[in-house]
Amino acid sequence: MMHFLLLFSRQGKLRLQKWFTPIPEREKKKIVRDMTTMVLGRKPRSCNFLHWKDLKIVYKKYASLYFCCGLDAEENELLALEVLHRYVELLDKYFGNVCELDIIFNFEKAYFILDEFLLGGEVQETSKQVVSRSIEASDMLQEVSERPRSR
Amino acid sequence: MSDVVEKTLSALPSLLSLDSQAGAGKLSPSSKLGNLIKGITELTSKHEEERLIKKELESIKEQVASPNTTMRQMKEIMVRAIYCEMLGYQASFSYIHAIKLAQQGSVLEKRVGYLAVSLFLNETDEFLLLLVNTVLKDLQSTNLIEVCMALTVVSQMFPKDMIPAILPVVEEKLTHPKEIIRRKAVLALYKFYLIAPNQVQHIHSKFRKALCDKDPGVMTASLHIYLQLIKENPESYKDLTGSMVTILRQVVGGKLPLDFNYHSVPAPWLQIQLLRILAYLGKEDQGTSEMMYDVLEESLRRAEMNHNITYAILFECVKTIYTVHPKSQLLEKAAECIGNFVLSPKINLKYLGLKALTYVVQQDANLALPHQMTIIECLDHSDVIIKRETLELLFRITNAQNVTVIVEKMLEFLRLTYNVWFIQTMNSVFSLGGDVMQPDIPNNFLRLLAEGVDNVEDRQLRLFAVDSYVSLLQGETAKLPQRFLQVISWVLGEYSYLREEESDPGSVMRLLARLLDQRHTSTETRSWVLGAMTKLCSSPVYSGSLNTVLRQKAQELMILSQDTKLRARVLPAEDSSLSFLDGYVSEALAAGAAPYKSPHQRQEDLVQEKALSLEPYGLSLPVSLSSCSITDRRSPTLLSMSSGLSGNSTELSHQEGSTTLKLEGVKRVWGKDGYLAQQQSAGETPTPLVELPSPLLSPQSPPSQTQKPSSGLEPDQEKRQLASSLFVGLGSHNSVCLVRFPSTVWLFIKHCQSANQSNVVKALFKPLPLLLPVPLTVSTGDYGKMWLSFSHDLKQNLQLVTTEHQEPLTATLDALKGKLHLHVVDIIGSEGIVACRLLQGPGQGQPCLLHCRVHADSLAVWLRSPVPELPDSLLYHCQKALTET
Repeated sequence: MMHFLLLFSRQGKLRLQKWFTPIPEREKKKIVRDMTTMVLGRKPRSCNFLHWKDLKIVYKKYASLYFCCGLDAEENELLALEVLHRYVELLDKYFGNVCELDIIFNFEKAYFILDEFLLGGEVQETSKQVVSRSIEASDMLQEVSERPRSR
Repeated sequence: MSDVVEKTLSALPSLLSLDSQAGAGKLSPSSKLGNLIKGITELTSKHEEERLIKKELESIKEQVASPNTTMRQMKEIMVRAIYCEMLGYQASFSYIHAIKLAQQGSVLEKRVGYLAVSLFLNETDEFLLLLVNTVLKDLQSTNLIEVCMALTVVSQMFPKDMIPAILPVVEEKLTHPKEIIRRKAVLALYKFYLIAPNQVQHIHSKFRKALCDKDPGVMTASLHIYLQLIKENPESYKDLTGSMVTILRQVVGGKLPLDFNYHSVPAPWLQIQLLRILAYLGKEDQGTSEMMYDVLEESLRRAEMNHNITYAILFECVKTIYTVHPKSQLLEKAAECIGNFVLSPKINLKYLGLKALTYVVQQDANLALPHQMTIIECLDHSDVIIKRETLELLFRITNAQNVTVIVEKMLEFLRLTYNVWFIQTMNSVFSLGGDVMQPDIPNNFLRLLAEGVDNVEDRQLRLFAVDSYVSLLQGETAKLPQRFLQVISWVLGEYSYLREEESDPGSVMRLLARLLDQRHTSTETRSWVLGAMTKLCSSPVYSGSLNTVLRQKAQELMILSQDTKLRARVLPAEDSSLSFLDGYVSEALAAGAAPYKSPHQRQEDLVQEKALSLEPYGLSLPVSLSSCSITDRRSPTLLSMSSGLSGNSTELSHQEGSTTLKLEGVKRVWGKDGYLAQQQSAGETPTPLVELPSPLLSPQSPPSQTQKPSSGLEPDQEKRQLASSLFVGLGSHNSVCLVRFPSTVWLFIKHCQSANQSNVVKALFKPLPLLLPVPLTVSTGDYGKMWLSFSHDLKQNLQLVTTEHQEPLTATLDALKGKLHLHVVDIIGSEGIVACRLLQGPGQGQPCLLHCRVHADSLAVWLRSPVPELPDSLLYHCQKALTET
């Protein structure tokens, strides 16, 4: 099970945080701090895995953004890398050539996509089409209900 | 703000003007969130950011409280509140409004409301109770989107006690016509199961229905529940094995819709989930395991594409194969697969290969053998994570013979990576592990502290250790284990001088004195403490103790502190010539011991005696014996002989001896493939007994010959040597290591058992007599006379040789006769007498008699000779000869 997913920039600025298990506020701050320093401190050509307390940390850099998640020890690291990748693919499909700015300014959208992909720390839906469809369905609704008012 | 962000931000206006493309609603530049984000990125300091956010939160607070704020505005405000929280600023006043938004907003406002709730709260928050009614209402809504939203939030967090309120409605959704609703309902039930398993006990039958759902997505979701259930209680779900195997076969066979492919691999998530379930089902269950062998093999075979995701599947597959009841053919394939991981140039795969090896060596340590060189390389990898995993692997293959090398490697790793952390960790290791810890660990720790050049880093490490111990001693010491206290005392004694500038030296002394006065401090610890105090050069009166050792220490301390001349003699700053042993040496020489020969002399002697048919004593010497002597040397028991007064006295003598691994004595077992031939030539160099690498016992020797190999070797060979010491004990010799107990150690131990210290020293100063027995033909009568006249004897049980057509006694004596040229004088019933004499060596021409008697399953042998060491060495050769038969 995934315990958390963090997106942060090269400068260590948090762009998105999702906690799948109840964690006290103070602990969250510590995790964010530890993750950014640990991951940003990795030398090039190191592996994408780390250990933090009992958790396994899997991270990957996409352009200027780091995607970093904490997993139970028995989880499969390579699979977790693909979870991150699939999330990036979903963001990419939604935003069309996604960049850090899309996520900064539309972080709530990024959360919606995440909620359709992962639920309670487990992969909910692995089909890209299905996830996109359910996001679109909600977005359509948004547009439908917004348009009459704006006209 | 860095340049990069500024650059991207300069492109912002153009981006923002590209307002809403289809689907991706870009932000309008005038939006308040847009302004906030822009405002923050323009700031230059954390302080300014704080001020801006504070202002923002004030304004948000004001707006949410205003009755005029519409839900639509509230939605926008919530997004800003989420943003502030992400930056690390609490907006707890907005939580209640997030719930209100989820309650009262239209569908899209609700969506943000639910999102804010799921980001702000966690399942223990009491606020969440306010959400129950809203969720219940939305679950029953006719709008699918609302139902989805409610299920999504429920699957993330829900108050445990309120589950019964919504459970029936969620259950109902399991039969909903829309697959997305069914899927989310299953995940909601999974969440309920995790937080309150007994609440969902009655719906297990419905889980089964979900497992058989025609939609693969729903089925996949139900596997989360089953993985959990089966993990907790595999016995109750054995009947599912068939279904799981069938599903996996279909998935692997590409029977799912293409939609579920991921980079043209069919449903990898599903595959891995199934493999995990199969592992739990087949564990320690042959019958169940047999059902899955075929599909496991197929999974291995199908996953051939060179993509991360196939490696993920392979890894899981290997794990399953090694978890279920073993099938040799599958194990072979899995081992081959692990090999591919380990040898891969991709670092992630290498990591997983090491991990897989770590997992499988627990079943068969020999699996590590083919990868020795890779493992050695990984030990020096630039990535600490890889290093760490390698150590984990080594830890799993630790046995009695390589434990010291491995522990040393681990400590080295710790010291190199995290200085301060190392001390702290070792502190907790000592506090927790305490007195049950192997003595090797504190010894190695002290050695690590003591060795190395006296550079700034080392000094910092020591100083940090001293400081941390001082503060530890200032606190409660009653709970600290004795061994830890001993370590503390030693370190304080050696390195307190490092902190002299900042505090008065008396404070350490007072802390140590407090330890002495405490009742729970054991006498051994007290002598360590006193040792430390002696080094700190002060004189507490502690001579009233009833314990003689303590008393002696205290007396020594008192006298030494009063008599500076004596102290200078007894505790010289550095006595590299070890002149204190002169007495022993001359005594030993007087008793007929051979004079000391330097290593190269001995080497020459050995070359001259090449005609010997007997194998040299190159077998091995466990490293543990050699390494413990180094810190022990400084222990208080030897204090009066060797300890200097100054703290840095250790370095000199340690530098050469301990920085490199002692590989020379370790048995070179090479296993299936590798460097056996080469290794033997290097490894079989005779190691004379005097070479025991203890600084105490071979004082005058030049840098001991035994350490030369590791320094002068090609790096590659060094690695091989390291490999040989790390992997010792694995492979075919595993079971016989006790029988082939290394000769030198065996002798050493024999002496220790039999004798007082000076005997041991004598024995160690003497080269092992080179044994070349010739038959000594005597009559039974003469034998009896001689027997009575010889004073040095030894008794030992030997194993009997059993053959088909001979009595055990005759067979054993014949074997000895054949191998060692002994003369069998007579055999009477179950007893036999044997005689021989030595052709060369210190006991040249001297006889040795053996009296053998069959006793139960062994041969009780009684040896007598006029030369003290003859029985010992002859017995050793007898033992060896019989073992080889």
